Amino acid sequence: MSAAPSLPKKLNRAGLEIIPYRGSKTTLCAGCGHNSITERLIEAFWELGVEPWRVAKLSGIGCSSKTPAYFLSQSHGFNAVHGRAPTVATGTLLANHQLMCVVVSGDGDTASIGIGHFMHMLRRNVPLIYVIENNGVYGLTKGQFSATADLGSKLKTGTVNQLHPVDCCLAGIEMGATYIARSFSGDKRQLSAILKGAIAHNGLSIIDVISPCVTFNDHEGSTKSYAWMKDHDEPLHEVDFVPSFEDISVEIEEGESRVVRLHDGSRLLLHKLERDYDPSNKIHALEVLHEAERRNEVLTGVIYVDRNRPNFTEMLDLVDQPLATLPEARVRPTRAVLDQINEEFR
Amino acid sequence: MQASRMTPPLSAAHSTQFVRPDRVVNDFSIQVATVNGSGSQTANNVLMRSIFQMGVPVSGKNLFPSNIAGLPTWFTIRASSQGYIGRKKEVDFVVAMNPETAREDVMNLLPGAAAVYDAPLKLNELRDDLHFYPVPFDALVGPVCPDAKLRKLVRNMIYDGVVAHLLGIDLEQVRKALFKQFGERKRKAAELNWGAVTAGKDYAEQHLAKTDPFRIEPMDSTAGKLIIEGNTAAALGCLFAGVTVLTWYPITPSSSLAEALITYLARFRRDPETGKATYAVVQAEDELASIGMAIGAGWAGARSMTCTSGPGISLMSEFVGLAYYAEIPVVLIDVQRVGPSTGLPTRTMQGDSFSNAFLSHGDTMHPVLFPSSPEECFTMAQEAFDLAEFFQTPVFVNMDLDLGMNNWMSEPFPYPEKPIERGKVLTAEDLERLGGFARYKDVDGDGVPYRTLPGTPHPKAAYFTRGTGHNDNATYSEREDDWIKGVDRLARKFETLRSRAPQPEAVDAPNASIGLICTGTSRYAVEESCDQLSREYGIPASRLRIKAFPFSPSIGEFIDRHDRVYVVDQNRDAQLLMMLRLELSPERIARLRSVRYYGGLPLDARTVTDSIVSQEGL
Ligand SMILES: Cc1ncc(C[n+]2csc(CCOP(=O)(O)OP(=O)(O)O)c2C)c(N)n1
Ligand code: SF4
Ligand SMILES: [Mg+2]
Repeated sequence: MSAAPSLPKKLNRAGLEIIPYRGSKTTLCAGCGHNSITERLIEAFWELGVEPWRVAKLSGIGCSSKTPAYFLSQSHGFNAVHGRAPTVATGTLLANHQLMCVVVSGDGDTASIGIGHFMHMLRRNVPLIYVIENNGVYGLTKGQFSATADLGSKLKTGTVNQLHPVDCCLAGIEMGATYIARSFSGDKRQLSAILKGAIAHNGLSIIDVISPCVTFNDHEGSTKSYAWMKDHDEPLHEVDFVPSFEDISVEIEEGESRVVRLHDGSRLLLHKLERDYDPSNKIHALEVLHEAERRNEVLTGVIYVDRNRPNFTEMLDLVDQPLATLPEARVRPTRAVLDQINEEFR
Repeated sequence: MQASRMTPPLSAAHSTQFVRPDRVVNDFSIQVATVNGSGSQTANNVLMRSIFQMGVPVSGKNLFPSNIAGLPTWFTIRASSQGYIGRKKEVDFVVAMNPETAREDVMNLLPGAAAVYDAPLKLNELRDDLHFYPVPFDALVGPVCPDAKLRKLVRNMIYDGVVAHLLGIDLEQVRKALFKQFGERKRKAAELNWGAVTAGKDYAEQHLAKTDPFRIEPMDSTAGKLIIEGNTAAALGCLFAGVTVLTWYPITPSSSLAEALITYLARFRRDPETGKATYAVVQAEDELASIGMAIGAGWAGARSMTCTSGPGISLMSEFVGLAYYAEIPVVLIDVQRVGPSTGLPTRTMQGDSFSNAFLSHGDTMHPVLFPSSPEECFTMAQEAFDLAEFFQTPVFVNMDLDLGMNNWMSEPFPYPEKPIERGKVLTAEDLERLGGFARYKDVDGDGVPYRTLPGTPHPKAAYFTRGTGHNDNATYSEREDDWIKGVDRLARKFETLRSRAPQPEAVDAPNASIGLICTGTSRYAVEESCDQLSREYGIPASRLRIKAFPFSPSIGEFIDRHDRVYVVDQNRDAQLLMMLRLELSPERIARLRSVRYYGGLPLDARTVTDSIVSQEGL
């Protein structure tokens, strides 16, 4: 019996199969929106050929924050404390600003306990990808309202939310993040393109993904359920991502699409739906979000991109080599310097 | 008696049997009472430096309110020919510039003390057993400072001239100290202030007849020494430790440490070719963020640190537990102040020994270093980084406000002899050779595992860091045996650290049956108290200064050599004593006694001596 010729394995630009981009088996509920987001992250990193060792994955605490264990098994991961992954990720980038950092967070994580750190991360435009797996509830502590729960939405117990929701995209635009998008875990194509755009972007990306919790917030009366999203998802545009390494000239019909050039030469193509939308206009971005809220719609797509604002590690004017691996000669001043300092205090 | 908002740091308790000699040379204390925000700090530092430059050992203690301007503040300079630089309770020579406290400042003096005061206050009417020197400061300041706006600041320099004349301080030294204080760039301001010093001196020469016994005479005990604040020294320690990431949130008394470090980093840690920074500093949004960032940086391989005080430590608790359990190096410098809550934010205390050693929930234990001098701030900051990186754990450095914010004489700082310790970090080449690694495995039997840094270009480099239960391979585990194995190894690691941490310094007195144990700045009072016990009571007393937790076994041996051992604490709850009790045998515990002070001022020898004398039944 002759051995059947094995099929050639599919490799990406980095010469890797998809396996190292996967992680351990998920322990989340079947059907949880978070699992779909994990899938999209795996695809995006693999398809763009990002070498896993260049990536650091961080998270807080929650069902969402468990997911970094489920993708990029060859990347360092850090499941930190509830709400404070922005600080740990910032520190990570201080030590090594060449890393690509991806943070996965929950809505409780981001909009409640960690909102202070979230705001300051926005102000600093820390160069990382911040994914909010937004289900309107605390999944891991069994279904309490989170601060992104919409006015009037109902818990399984019948309790109605009377408080105004925190809109992380609005906050992101106002406070200084430079790539802001909203998506839905069930929209494979859109989410994939948005994530790739974030990987190519140089600065802080905030990606607020409505990600239904099938166990605690997928019932009638919830505004973060699959059913609700089916009826209320209002895409701003259709999004395509063209990576820098794909030498494709894209036919753009005048007035039909917008091209957003990203830091590494990649392009986002935003195809017009009902109206033309310019994601570089901050005031307009705020306006459409407020408008959508008034109409009870969930606006999705690339909402705002600012390619000019320097990011945090650029502002710090760091040497090229990561601080983490600077040799002693570059971090310990000389004997002459100490002599000089001693003299100053004599 | 007029009520003041702050009680001056002295009492006239044992005034009855007090007799003063005719001449008191280089052994007395000067206290300047002013209002904060009036620029008196410069005048006080110049005065202290002048005495120092005359070769006389000095120390300076600033007692200031938690306020920016307008409240009473006292600066005490102690000259001590024997080199005692702890606080001395009694004030011998007061400069009463603050009308609000002047009355009390003078009423509290012992008979025979001297008082320079602002003439309109007429303090001489209060008592007839002091040496009074009225000075019309307002009348003197006008001619030397035409600019009315500057007079409030320049006015204070006048007392430097008056005091220098009365005490016999070499005016040339005052001039030198003053110009050093102002620096080259502020020469004009220095000239203006020098005019005020001279005016004070001239006035004193012409109008004041010296009647008090206090004098400063040249000695040769300060040559080569520095005068420096502990916070600056600690900042320099971090600089030479090769710190690469500093994250902080402003809080007294630690802010000046961060600010000094920022200044030095900017001066000495820019790449000579590109001008770019070999460090990162972030003023975080709060202490949760500063420790979070420092931990993230430590995880990714930086020499990272934060500095704070008690309230900040309280906020850092959860994160420190994570760093302990996930095994991440980070240095925390705690410049302790009086708490809980805001407490007395500008007063000193050794109040965080317990909380830092055991910070966070669950089974946690952290090394704590206890520097006692600027020199130790410098060396221990470096040791802290080396320990943190070798042992992959948070390391605390417990300073206090007295050490951090007061001026101290110090030996010049020694250039570090040892290379920087980066610990067990595997590179891609190591991984290639080893074929992989298990993050939390005790390979060497010392409890210290190997780690890799994010960004290491090797498929086997990655591991998953978490505060949740994990096994040797850093895999999620809720198994009982994995948990126990993990925390037992952490305990073993702590044992290894015990012998690597700075060891105690013991001085055994011949035939001593009692001993004193202390940490940090308590040493000055303890050293002086041992001399007082032997000189005044004929009791020889040994002393041991602990430099680190976990405690060295030699502490137990010291206790064995003495019948009774007094543990000196600058807190109400005898925190150091309690920590010792956790580790010692019942026989040794039975020998321990407690000396505690918790009023917020730097500990003084008399308090220690009095407590021991009373407990010894003398
Ligand atoms: C300091 C602290 N407080 C509370 C908790 C308990 N806790 C764990 S996860 C969580 C909320 C998670 O909600 P979310 O961030 O929305 O994530 P999800 O599980 O919904 O994905 C809470 C409150 C904790 N881990 N730490
Ligand atoms: S509880 Fe909700 S959020 Fe958590 S895993 Fe299940 S479905 Fe997902
Ligand atoms: Mg949630």
